[in-house]
Amino acid sequence: YLQCVSDLANYPLYIRSIPTENQLKFHYTVHTSLDVVDEKIAAMGKALVDQRELYLGLLYPTEDYKVYGYVTNSKVKFVMVVDSSNTALRDNEIRSMFRKLHNSYTDVMCNPFYNPGDTIQSRPLCV
Amino acid sequence: MRNKPIVTCAGDQNLFTAVYSSLSQQLPREPMEWRRAYGRAPKMIHLESNFVQFKEELLPKEGNKALLTFPFLHIYWTECCDTEVYKASTKDDITKWQNALRAHSTTDWLIVVVESEAKKKNKTNILPRTSIADKIRSDFCNKQSDRCMVLVDPLKETSRSQESWSLFLAKLRTLLLTSFTRNLGHFEDEMRTLREKRTEPGWSFCDYFMVQEELAFVFEMLQQFEDALVQYDELDALFSQYVLNFGAGDGANWLSSFCQPVQSWDGLALRKPIDMEKRDLIQKRSANLLELRSYLFSRQCTLLLFLQRPWEVSHRALELLHNCVQELRLLEVSVPPGALDCWVFLSCLEVLQRIEGCCEPAQMEANVAHTVGLWSYATEKLQSLGLLCGLVSETGPCSEDLQRTVDLLAGLGAERAETANTAQSPYKKLQEALSSEDAFEKHYLDLAHTTIEMYNGIGRSRSAKLVGKDLADFYTRKSVPQKAEPFLQGALRMYQSEGWALPLTHTRKQLAECQRQLHQTEPYLQTCCLLAADVNLAVEERRLYYQEILAFAAQRSDHSDDVLCLPLASFAQLVSLRFEPPNSVVHVGGSLSMELTLRSLMPEALHLDYFGGYFHYSLDKNSYRKTAEYLTRHKPVGGSVTFQPEENQGTRGPALELSEMYEKSPSEGGLISTGVICKNVHMLIRTPDTQAAGSSLERNAAISLEDGANTLKCSNITLQPGINQITFHTQAREPGTYSLRQLGAALGCLNLLLPHVYPIAQYDVYSQEPQLKVEPRSECLLAGVPQKLRFTVTTGHYRVKEGDTLQLSNADSLTFLTGGSPSATISTNSNCEVCQKPLSVQRSDKVTTLSLPPAPPYHLMEFELNVVCALPEGGRLLNGEVPRRKERADSCSANVTEQRVSVDCPWSIYSTIISLTFHLPLKAQHVLLSSGTRKYIQVCLENTSVFNFQLSDSSLTTSQDVAFRPLHMAGAQDVYTRQCLYFVWEVTWCQDLPASLPVHFSVNFSPVPFTEPYEHLQPFTYLFHLEHFYTLYTVRAEILPPEDTMFCKTGSLCSLEICITRLCDPLDSEETLTDCEGYRSTQLFYQVVDGGSNWAVCGRSSGMVVIPVQQGTRHTVQMEVMPLFAGYLPYPDVRLFRYLPHHSHSQQLDADSWIENDSVSVEDPSDVGSMRAQGPSLSTVPSTSSKEQKGLPMPRLQPFHPGQISNSSAGRQILVIPSTDDHVLEVNVT
Repeated sequence: YLQCVSDLANYPLYIRSIPTENQLKFHYTVHTSLDVVDEKIAAMGKALVDQRELYLGLLYPTEDYKVYGYVTNSKVKFVMVVDSSNTALRDNEIRSMFRKLHNSYTDVMCNPFYNPGDTIQSRPLCV
Repeated sequence: MRNKPIVTCAGDQNLFTAVYSSLSQQLPREPMEWRRAYGRAPKMIHLESNFVQFKEELLPKEGNKALLTFPFLHIYWTECCDTEVYKASTKDDITKWQNALRAHSTTDWLIVVVESEAKKKNKTNILPRTSIADKIRSDFCNKQSDRCMVLVDPLKETSRSQESWSLFLAKLRTLLLTSFTRNLGHFEDEMRTLREKRTEPGWSFCDYFMVQEELAFVFEMLQQFEDALVQYDELDALFSQYVLNFGAGDGANWLSSFCQPVQSWDGLALRKPIDMEKRDLIQKRSANLLELRSYLFSRQCTLLLFLQRPWEVSHRALELLHNCVQELRLLEVSVPPGALDCWVFLSCLEVLQRIEGCCEPAQMEANVAHTVGLWSYATEKLQSLGLLCGLVSETGPCSEDLQRTVDLLAGLGAERAETANTAQSPYKKLQEALSSEDAFEKHYLDLAHTTIEMYNGIGRSRSAKLVGKDLADFYTRKSVPQKAEPFLQGALRMYQSEGWALPLTHTRKQLAECQRQLHQTEPYLQTCCLLAADVNLAVEERRLYYQEILAFAAQRSDHSDDVLCLPLASFAQLVSLRFEPPNSVVHVGGSLSMELTLRSLMPEALHLDYFGGYFHYSLDKNSYRKTAEYLTRHKPVGGSVTFQPEENQGTRGPALELSEMYEKSPSEGGLISTGVICKNVHMLIRTPDTQAAGSSLERNAAISLEDGANTLKCSNITLQPGINQITFHTQAREPGTYSLRQLGAALGCLNLLLPHVYPIAQYDVYSQEPQLKVEPRSECLLAGVPQKLRFTVTTGHYRVKEGDTLQLSNADSLTFLTGGSPSATISTNSNCEVCQKPLSVQRSDKVTTLSLPPAPPYHLMEFELNVVCALPEGGRLLNGEVPRRKERADSCSANVTEQRVSVDCPWSIYSTIISLTFHLPLKAQHVLLSSGTRKYIQVCLENTSVFNFQLSDSSLTTSQDVAFRPLHMAGAQDVYTRQCLYFVWEVTWCQDLPASLPVHFSVNFSPVPFTEPYEHLQPFTYLFHLEHFYTLYTVRAEILPPEDTMFCKTGSLCSLEICITRLCDPLDSEETLTDCEGYRSTQLFYQVVDGGSNWAVCGRSSGMVVIPVQQGTRHTVQMEVMPLFAGYLPYPDVRLFRYLPHHSHSQQLDADSWIENDSVSVEDPSDVGSMRAQGPSLSTVPSTSSKEQKGLPMPRLQPFHPGQISNSSAGRQILVIPSTDDHVLEVNVT
């Protein structure tokens, strides 16, 4: 699967994919999925903030992958791409993975040596 | 015709036929609440029925579970109103019917008796007691009397008829629902049982499917589409779960039938409500996965469309298609290549057309978001089909491709009958698209453009760009790069602006290929160099692009007129820049070097013909005259500029420039608020469009070389991958500011250019006038002591030649010392010492000549000279008199002396005036002290400087015949800073005292500790003048306690006796006023003043006495005073003035020195005394009140000179004891 953190301006902060082959396709997929993330954020509007529901759910399925989205209150976007055939991952697992990812991201932000907006380097941002 | 629940009718068929129409009309008119088992929510449903004639065959046989054909209710119709007839035939008939029902254990029946008024009247012999209905009830409905209904005149519009109708209908509905509930419940139970058996071997999904679908059909029949859909969804989920389990290794036997190879891929068929062919296949257990899925989805689609949820259809369709692809993969079903693509493509279009078929166009448009996924999927699939069948290529399909196409088309089978007449059916489209390249292109472009438009329409620009990229791919394969290019550019710009490196690299690679084919040399090379620098590519690939650039550069190097410009930024990044000298300020003609640090991004060493920096020259009117010092001070230290690495050519936008902000409360000083301010908000908050417009592509287009008037160049540079340093050397020419604007390099016929350099790197060239600066080395200069002066010559543009001299005009009291061997330090402007050279100093009468050693321009020459400023004049007596100079007083109070030296410099015709301020190290004051007729002179010497001095050889001399006998310690004494040293002499004289005595004080001083021997030390001198210092009168005061007591007591009066004695005969100099009474006498005014408020003077405190001017005359005055305090009290002051009657001073209208009357206090005598030393004209400061009363003929008081009165009781004290009765002890506790 693939994880991606992207900031407000859809600039990628962190991309990691396992396995590493076919990375390009993942990148395209994630980038395209930001369309749906944006759409969902726009649709939710204020309600999103009020409800504190950061998980956006399944963004869209493709033939091979499922793309899930998550957005923080500061509009930092997390996207996760999972193989469609991997049925072991249910919604709840995805949700908790996102939450862990969010925590890790918060840790990175707390690092005083981290320059906001930089690509996140060498961080075990894995779930 | 739609299915409806079956209701059988037995009995009188004619009668039923008569009421049938109104019955079937009225039945669905009112809804009925259906309460259901298993906690399902009750529903209001409108019932409809299909009424058929009762036949025994209709009754379901044992084991037949068909629900659709199941009769839910059996009605027996009779019109019988005659008991006889009833008994004869009707009863038997009903019994027979009942038996048939009972045989099939059916309990849902109803007997309807139709009564008609007309018939009743005809038959008069009817028993009025019981009606036929009652009879039937008693015969058949033993406990369910409501199973027999009476319908009165059903065809007439009477109120009775109406009433009976509504009763009947309500009953009918109730019974129908009851039947439904029971029968369906029964069915569901059986179905569930069947489902529970699914783990048993031999269980078949197909069989179960048929059973559950039956239920769905019934719900559909009852128009309960929601419930029907639930049945299908359950089947769907069940099947999916089995497939997943299969994938997990838990396969069911029955699944094997679904694993058979796919041979037909004709897509979904959604136009028929029920696809009976496929249903049959399922029933026969011979359907494959696609067929099952197709059928299932077609049913779901139908139901969803009934439910008016077309958008759910599209969502589910997409999900289904993805799912099917996955499931085929999971089940390892063999599918010919392309078959699935065909199936998906057809299905997408079929779903889209189906939805279009039941929606308004406007509705379709508003819900593009729901359908665009299908469009995009179809496009994708068509493209892959095109690729597979060789339709997307320049050459066209080969025979293998054609064979594959034929196979694929064969798999489509024949077109379905229901779409055969539709022009745009998916089937036709696919067949056409696969038939030829042109047709494929038409269909593909059509689809792709529609999809892009849709994506753009709903704001999914990224998705649109991705489809656009596919399209570009298509065009590239078709060798139509000019059409591919705009799509690639669009995508590239977006990836760039959002910083997605990998897609960016990939797209750029495609773009490079396009540009190469299009022979767009410049853009191609630009792309090439970006790619060659791209770290996301393998080194081999980067080398390839790099070689492309080199090849181009080499190939056309002979045509120098045609030069291409490429952005340097893609070849190398500017890391830092450093000027030497580090302050980046250089004088005209000076040498300057600039060291550039570059990071080459190329994979291999880059050999450049030359590398140059282009400077913009500006003559800043204000700054070009500025000196090196000024420029140096205002430059960042270190002289190096560090450049921000431009990530991805600045697509990221500028970095945040944050600064902290504190706001303090002005009143309390505490922090009110604090925050972070973003300084470059205007840069950050820009719309993405403008940001993209400013991206490097656009900027690079505007590359142009500014005029090369000021360039620094280095030839034959080789940039190794990574960090490189290039050093430029130049000689500064015109003064001004040079800013680095552009960097350029040449590589064969390629010019590499960095059009903007930020932050600004600049150097300044200045031209400077030669300058001389003279300043003391220490904080302040002291007069009288040799001091060091520092000379600084800034040579500027002037070259100091051998023999150049500085001519210093000698001021009268300033001497330049020639001793020692002074040497000048010559250093460059940046304070690098160059050498030390000797300096010769010659002194003549008027001038001191300094011969300067030669020095190059723009250097500093520094040397030090000793100088002595003579102590201010005044040390010498002019003709035995103290020179009276006004300045003396001024300079005394200021304690400084100003010296001016004019210097003639070789570089200027004008003299430089240097002003030096010397401070006097010592300050002297004198006091004349008298004791009777003996006189003493006290000189107080205060060291006002910060140094310590040793004083020696103090002497006091005068021109008069007076001797001074020192009373102080002889020998050298140290006086430390801010300390005073006192000298006292007794004055002795032999003859008459002179009226005026000029005195000259002189003392040698030298700084302590000795640092070096001073040759030019002058003694410190002090001149003062004593006048009228011979004692004329002594005043003696005596306080006597009251006669009967030993001591004075507080509060008691004591007598004060003042005794004034004339000590000498009249003097010539004395301006006596004679009173003609035989004696020359004078009028004196005395005044008792008690400064400390210790005494209260009782009675007059002042008075006038007349004393003959003769030695020894004495006058005594008695007064009474009272001590106010106990203790040793000082005597009150007794002051003596000369009393001048008003008529006697007519010549002396200058009233300054006169005191008007006794109420005016006289200045402090000591103060007056010191003033008097300067001369009589400075005796007293005029008071304002005296001026006002000037000219009035008033008697005046003239104070005596301080030496003229000797107060013998000065300093005396007397013991006063406290009065006995009031012991007041004041204790203050703090």
